[in-house]
Formats: sequence, C-alpha cells, structure tokens
Amino acid sequence: MKKILGILLLLVFVFIATSIVSEVFLDPYNLENLLRRTALFGIISIGVAFVIITGGIDLSIGSVVCLVGCGLPWMLTEQGVSVPVALAAILGFSLAVGFVHGILITKVKLQPFVVTLCGLLLYRGITRGFTGDQSQGFGTEYKGLRELATGEINVFGFDLPMPCIFLLVVAALAGVFLNKTIYGRYLLALGNNEEAARFSGINVDRMVILAYVICALCSGLGGLLFVLDVNSAQPVDFGNFYELYAIAAAVLGGCSLRGGAGTIIGVVIGAALMQVLRNMIVLVDWIPTHIEYAIIGAVILAGVVADELLKNAVARRQASKS
Amino acid sequence: MSEDSSPQDAPLLEIRGVGKSFPGVRALKEVNLVLHKGQVLSLIGENGAGKSTLMKILAGVQPPDEGSILLDGAKVEIESSRVALDLGISLIHQELNLATNLSVGANVFLGREPLRGGFIDESTIRTESAKFLKMVGLDVAPDVLVGDLTIGRQQMVEIAKALSVNSRVLIMDEPTSSLSQAETENLFTVIKDLRRRGVSIIYISHRLGEVKELSDHVTVLRDGENAGELQREEVDHEAMVRLMVGRDLSDYYERKDRSKGSLALEVQNLRTPAHPDHELSFSVASGEIVGVAGLVGAGRTEMLETLFGVTPALGGTVRISDCEISVDSPLSAISAGIALAPEDRKKQGLVIDMTVRENLSLSALRRDQRRAGFLDFSKEDEISREMIEAMRVKTPNEDQVIRYLSGGNQQKVVLGKWLAMKPKILLLDEPTRGIDVGAKSEIYCLMEKLAEEGVAILFVSSEMEEVLGMADRALVMHEGRITGELARDELAEEAIMRLATGSQLGDQAA
Repeated sequence: MKKILGILLLLVFVFIATSIVSEVFLDPYNLENLLRRTALFGIISIGVAFVIITGGIDLSIGSVVCLVGCGLPWMLTEQGVSVPVALAAILGFSLAVGFVHGILITKVKLQPFVVTLCGLLLYRGITRGFTGDQSQGFGTEYKGLRELATGEINVFGFDLPMPCIFLLVVAALAGVFLNKTIYGRYLLALGNNEEAARFSGINVDRMVILAYVICALCSGLGGLLFVLDVNSAQPVDFGNFYELYAIAAAVLGGCSLRGGAGTIIGVVIGAALMQVLRNMIVLVDWIPTHIEYAIIGAVILAGVVADELLKNAVARRQASKS
Repeated sequence: MSEDSSPQDAPLLEIRGVGKSFPGVRALKEVNLVLHKGQVLSLIGENGAGKSTLMKILAGVQPPDEGSILLDGAKVEIESSRVALDLGISLIHQELNLATNLSVGANVFLGREPLRGGFIDESTIRTESAKFLKMVGLDVAPDVLVGDLTIGRQQMVEIAKALSVNSRVLIMDEPTSSLSQAETENLFTVIKDLRRRGVSIIYISHRLGEVKELSDHVTVLRDGENAGELQREEVDHEAMVRLMVGRDLSDYYERKDRSKGSLALEVQNLRTPAHPDHELSFSVASGEIVGVAGLVGAGRTEMLETLFGVTPALGGTVRISDCEISVDSPLSAISAGIALAPEDRKKQGLVIDMTVRENLSLSALRRDQRRAGFLDFSKEDEISREMIEAMRVKTPNEDQVIRYLSGGNQQKVVLGKWLAMKPKILLLDEPTRGIDVGAKSEIYCLMEKLAEEGVAILFVSSEMEEVLGMADRALVMHEGRITGELARDELAEEAIMRLATGSQLGDQAA
C-alpha cells in the first residue's frame, strides 16, 4: 500500500486538476472513453510488468499489437477464416512469440533488449508485408464480435465498458499469480537475484520464459481488443509506441527496471495516470496537443525521481538502524 | 621502528571522544584512537562493533556527531572524501574501486590526470605511475589493463594510487579477504616496507593471525566503544578474542565424540567441468563432519557446486544412502536431500532485498505449496519463526529486509533456509567467512548439533584453524584433485599445507 500511495495521489491530483480546468472532462462520454483506454493499456502494461519484474524488457509489444490488430480483420474479411479459428491463431501466435523470446533469452543467452528490439522490427514488417501495407478493418460487419470491446455491461447500475471487465479479470489473475502462488514469489526472487534463486532450486529459465509468454499473451489480447474497439488498423502505425506506454505505466506503478519489484495494482494506476494525462492534453485548450510526449516524459521523469529520492531516504534510515 | 612509534612521540593522528548516532542506535560512543607515524595499527572487533563507521568518519564519508580528530596535533574537520585525501588519508575498500577497463597508469591518476595543451599527458602518467608501482613492488607496465591483473596485483595498484596522493594514513579494510596465500605474503612485505617509509597504516581484519603478524598496536572496539588496547608484545589470539567478545571462549570449538553412522554420500570418479581431467572419489558418513582444505583455486567450490547440480558433472557416480542419483540441477540435488550454503552469501545465498521470512522459506516453497502452486502462508510463517528461533537470528521481526542484517545473522538465515529442508547431506562453502567471532562459535555449535542428529556435513574452509578444530576427517585438494585424506589424529597444519601446495607430488617425482 505504501508503495503505490505516491502514484495514487498523483493520479487523484491530475484527475482533480483536469476536471477543474476542463468542462468536458467529467462528461460521461469522456469518462467512459477514458476508462476504456485505461483498460486497454492496463492489459498490456500488466503483461510487461511480469517481464520487468524478472529484470528484462519487452520492446515488441506495439508490434505484436499491430500484427494481431491487423491480422484479425485480415483473416476474417480477406481470407474468410472463421472467428474461432482466427482467435485460435492469435492465441497460438502470441504464445509462440513469448516462448521464442524466452528461449532466446534464457537458452541462447541473448539480451532481452536485443531480442525484443528485433521482434519490434520483425512483427511490424511482417504485418506490412502480408497486408500489402493496406489498412485492415471490419467495415460494418462482425458487430457481435466487436461488442467484446465496444459493448458495455451494467454493473451495480454503472455501464462499464467491456474492456474494463477484461482488465479486471487479467488484473485479478495476475495479482493472485504474483502474490499468492510460489511462481509469483519465484519471479520476484529471481528478478532480485537470479543466482541465489538458482541456488535455491528454482528453475530460473522456465520462470523467465513464462514471464515472456504472459507478456506476449497480454499483448495479443490487447491487440485484439484495440482493433475491435477502433474498427480498423493501419499496419504502418497501429500500436506504435505502445510498448513505451506500457513500460512507462509499469515503472510509474513501482516496477523497477532492475527487477524484483512491482505490484499489479500499481501498474493499473500507472496506466490510468498515463491515459488521464493524455486526455488532459487533448481537452485543455491552452496545452498544445503536439507537445504531448514532452509532458508525458516530464511527468514520468518527475515521478520516478521523486520515488527514487524517497526510497533512498527510507533505505538510509533503515541502514542506520541496524 | 618501535623506537619511531614510541609513545613519547607526538601522535600523527588522534581521535578523541568521537561519537556517532543513527536513529535508534548509538554506533560510536566516546571512541579514542591514537596512531603514530610509521605504525601499523590494527582495528579489530566483531561485526557491528563500529569499525566501519569510525573509518568512514576518518575518510570523510560521514561526519561525527561529537568529538574531534587531530592531525599533527591540530584539529581538522574532515567534511568530505576530498578533504580526507588532501589531508593524506586514503581508504582502500574491501571491494577495490578500480576501473578495470582502463590501464594501470590511468587508474593511478584517475581524476587527477596531468594535462598538456588540454589533453591528457600520457607520457607523464607513464613515468610518474611507474615510480609508484615500483614502491609497491609491482612489476607491470603502466599500460597494462587493470582487468588483466590478478586481484592481489589490483590491490597493489590501489595502494600505488594512494601513495601517489602522498597519503600518510592508509586505511585497509579486510585487504586479504580475496587474496591467495602468496598475494597475502606480498601484501605484508609491502605493508612492512611502507611502515619503514613512515606511512601509517590502519589495518582492519577478522583474521587474527594476520593481525598478530603485522601489528605494532591493536585497538579493539566492542559495541561502539573502546574495549581495550594491546601493545605489540601483548598481541595474541586469546587476548584479542577476549577483548572482542568480552568473555573467554574456551569452548570455541566444542567437539563431542560422535559415533559415525552408515555411509551417507559416496562419490566415485566425479569429474567437474572446472577440472575435467581429474576424478574425485570420497565418501561421507552420516553424523560425520568432513573438512575440505586447500588453497584458493584448488577446485573445492567447483566440487561442491557440481555435487549440488549447479554445474552438472561430466562423469562419475554419486550415491546417497547406497542409492545412485543423478544430479543435473539444484532441484534434483535438493530432492535427493542435499543442501548447499554457498560461498558468496550476498550473491548466491540470499535474495538481499527480500525479507527474512521470504529468504528462509524460498527453498521450501515448492515442498510446502498447496494445490496448484498456491503459497501456504501459515506454513511459511511457521518455518520462518522456527528457524529464526533455532538459529538465533537477531532481527527486529521476520519482515525485516535481509540487507539490513549483519553478516553473521545473514549467514544464519542461509543455514536456516537449508535446515528447513531437513537435508541428509549438508554442503557448506566457507561457512564462517567474514562473520564475527560470536556468530562463528554459534555456527560451529550448530554443525556439531546437526552431525549428532545424523546429518553428513562436508565443509570447505580456507581457515586452517577451522578445519583443524571442526573436522573429523579432512580432504585436501590441490589444482583440481584430492591430494590426500587426513584422519582426525593426522590433522596438523604442516600435513595439510604439504598436501594443499602439492609438494608431495614433487617428492614422488624426485
């Protein structure tokens, strides 16, 4: 709780500030949209959190989102594949991506940065190849399937966008996995000290592969929901930079890039903060939209600097106690 | 030089009534220390006695709360490490602070590079650093990369660097902890030479044999206070230990007569990846404590790591209670009833940013899990409470992050983590390295107790005394092979050294 208090306060502060400055911010339509975006980005952020906890990184998320996001309408509308087969193909692809990343990192001993950087280039290039660089979409069809992302569910009198349900399920599973199972404990331990984990009888390689698989699965699910939400996708820029939004959300939420630390709730709050910020930049008149990256960059930097200073202060106090 | 450092002289450095408090603890209280020119002063004490804090104050890393420091009789304020260096006080850390990717000369002048026309003056660096390298008897060219030198030689570079800033006081913190025998001897020669040149040295070490050999004077700290002073002629093992722990340790190695049980571990023709040409064969009975002696690099750690499956064997058989097993990972070793407390506590033994509880339970999680891999929190809690009590780990609570415990308590957690697995065979690699006398004696008692309960213990130790004191039987290794086996009544320092240096091999050849 203490770990996420800072980021939670920051979220509340930005939220209140934006609602004061902008009249449309609290509009139900805007809030619903904000929730939807938060949920979509939350899912891919949770995925990358697992990888970051092991001390790794995944730069290929945006390209996986692109391949899945363009691949789904391409399979359905252009190749005439049935929905269950298309979904199975997406699941299979995501599993394979994560597995291959994990194998290359643990068995071939390549650096995660290099492996997933190549993934970033590879999956987007492949997508632009098989789609002929043409925009892919559902047109007016597949309304039922698109309900998965565009629909709403009434929960206790609130109309909750469907992606929020997905986020809640993913977050709950991830939280339980990380905190209540021995495998979650293993991930935290090996992220902090891989050698000690190995000496403790933990199958480190298998756990690291698992983390990359979880990440790729979340990216795949994210890609699926993103494209169902917006209806069409351009191979050239769909999912661009999403890995950086996801990594930023995870870091804001308390994951250390050194590994060994992170909470799921923190990551979700981090993702929400990112989306509220982006929303604020769009809504507030006197902030030019094109400086979005600068503002997001500055806020993330300020957040992690404040966090590091706080942590150092706590560590000094602890160290001097013993 | 004892004339030089006679008490009549004005001291070079004097610490008067220095105190330092951190929130919740008084680290130093009214500490005094007097250092003369050309004197080697050893500062000893258990972990947590305040040695490091005192040296950090001297080196300008932390300011004292009270008291004063006098250099040449004049009061000085050491506000930063820069000031300390300017005053001629250098601290050489246990972990060396060298840029291994740079040359020897570049390291000596790091941060003070002589310039010519705005560029680094390489030729001056070369000629000047060669001068200081000669002073420490280091026969390497200034152009050689530091990373290509052995640890012992790197340390000489550090000393040369300290000399190049005209250090008058050289503080050495556990300088021999990672040196070989020959390197240690070389260091001692250099220290004695520096003393002759009038450099004063504060020497911090847990190795009392070294302290006895080197010191003109010994200052003992206990719980942040002065516990006593010993003059050169009073320095002996007993006296130092008494002052450090504040009591006699007559039962330091408490050995009881135990009856050996049946054969627990039988190793035949084991080949390790580190020394694939040599085959290792030996056995350990249950209830037996077998020591493994040898010099650094003899292949002892590698043998334990192969037995534990960290670096799987290339060949040979391992039998446990007459049952052949294959050990290809730590996990398979653990399920066969083997445990290893590794040499490097912080890198291999512990997850340093996790809590005491999480560390104690880490190996047992798999065994104690509930269905589908869910953690059994109550079992975890039970294990950690039981082990904290059994090991007498001094920790405020079980949720304390392990980084903040002392070395001795950390080591107890490592042992506790493995005892929770109830192993049949316990492998210990340097079980008491870098921990204080009190904790050492507790660990010896524990080994005795476990042996009595029938655990087979195989321990590697570089401390001769430990092997002599604890082992029922000793294996001695040299360059990857077992050169001899000594029964309890054959155990003697000379016999071990002869086997460890491989000199009996030469005898045979001759």
